[in-house]
Amino acid sequence: MQKIEELMREKAAALLQDGTADCVLAWRRGEFPYDHATAVFHTGEELEELTYDCFCPANLAKYLIQTSRAGQKAAVFLKPCDTYGVNQLLKDHRIRRDLVHAVGTPCGGMLDIRKIRAAGCRGIVAIEDRGGDVAVTCAGGPVTLPRAAVLLRKCLACKGNDYKIADEEIGAKQAVPQAPADRFAEVEAIEAMTPEGRFAFWQQELSRCIRCNACRDVCPACSCEQCIFDHPGSGADGKAYADASQEALFHVIRAFHVAGRCTGCGECGRVCPEGIRLDLLNGKFAKDINTCFGPYQPGEDAETPAPQFTFRPGDPDPDTAVRNEDRRDGHA
Amino acid sequence: MLVNEATKNAAPDTAPFEPKIVAFCCNWCSYAGADGAGTARKHYPANVKIIKVPCSGRVNPLFVLRAFQKGADGVILCGCHPGDCHYMTGNYYTRRRLTLLMGMLDYLGVARDRLRVAWVSASEGARFAEVMNGFTAHIASLGENVKLRDMRCRK
Repeated sequence: MQKIEELMREKAAALLQDGTADCVLAWRRGEFPYDHATAVFHTGEELEELTYDCFCPANLAKYLIQTSRAGQKAAVFLKPCDTYGVNQLLKDHRIRRDLVHAVGTPCGGMLDIRKIRAAGCRGIVAIEDRGGDVAVTCAGGPVTLPRAAVLLRKCLACKGNDYKIADEEIGAKQAVPQAPADRFAEVEAIEAMTPEGRFAFWQQELSRCIRCNACRDVCPACSCEQCIFDHPGSGADGKAYADASQEALFHVIRAFHVAGRCTGCGECGRVCPEGIRLDLLNGKFAKDINTCFGPYQPGEDAETPAPQFTFRPGDPDPDTAVRNEDRRDGHA
Repeated sequence: MLVNEATKNAAPDTAPFEPKIVAFCCNWCSYAGADGAGTARKHYPANVKIIKVPCSGRVNPLFVLRAFQKGADGVILCGCHPGDCHYMTGNYYTRRRLTLLMGMLDYLGVARDRLRVAWVSASEGARFAEVMNGFTAHIASLGENVKLRDMRCRK
């Protein structure tokens, strides 16, 4: 990883130097070894702080909206999964291709600090990713954890190490973390529950929401300039409600807004301070789109029309398409 | 706590349950179908409140959620039969959207059964009445819509 970091600094400096880019989007070293932040670099001197290791899960694609609007040429470091987000933003006409210089950056999977903490690590001083395992130096002594156990959830269903959009690539591609798990296995597990079970599950999940809007802010598909949930007159803004049902539907509405555009990056679930499984809401839409309307991966390219913007005359009828064992009448 | 709809509706001292049903009807087929039902003196329940839309494609899935949120016990969306849309393709898009919405409602364990899509043409007045009678009876058997209004605040 250290070597890639050096390559990235050199590349960023060169791009700023020769005028290819007005700014560079990358990650800045955090206060602790596991809390690197996203950052915009404008000068070569600032690049000292540029960092890249297994704690840079954030997708930088969404910042391109602001740089594109400002007319700045932005060089952006993209992990393979981040490239889907850029394609989707291009498809949504949110960013300008001529103002984006995409640099493919290898990724071997990102680690989840929550999982590391849950494994009993306290007072973390340093973390070293050694490939097969992760060496954590804690205040109380060193701890070694198997890498597969502390990978981010989204990395367990890795979409592969191909860049879907890249003007250039640096470093050598890394192997995907492990045999990719079935993306929809957990969605199917919920589908297999009884309706009461599903209701109880989602009530349990969504009741924890504090409406911090982090899921919205991080989502590369959630890119409206003005969000309905910020509009004071919409009846859907704010945090606390007298009417409970308005809160309830926030996540359903948000998931619907990004259905067919959600690349499955899993950032919403990662940033949720309450650990709500928002990725499972988006996953349901992705799964239904695949089964009802044919295979479709948002962000795979910047051209294929989204499934909701197109149709086939032979599409299934809603009533027959949706599996429904709790149906109580014989309506055809 | 999971609210048990059946228990809630079993209160003996209440008046017979009258479901509130919102029907989104497209201007060209289903609304004309409703007219046809009236002209032909076909009865359908007064529980059905029709909202006329220019095309079933006008129906944002959020309208459906909003109707449930505001207290509808059932929502039915009626449009031209696929292939017969006045605007050529509007109902094809609706069909896709509603498939996704129904799938999601099913997934959340709420109200999937309270949403229905029916294609009714302008000449199908009798069918319109039949669909509305069937749906109203079905919603009456399900009872009051509680779950969608109760997702967040556990009571």
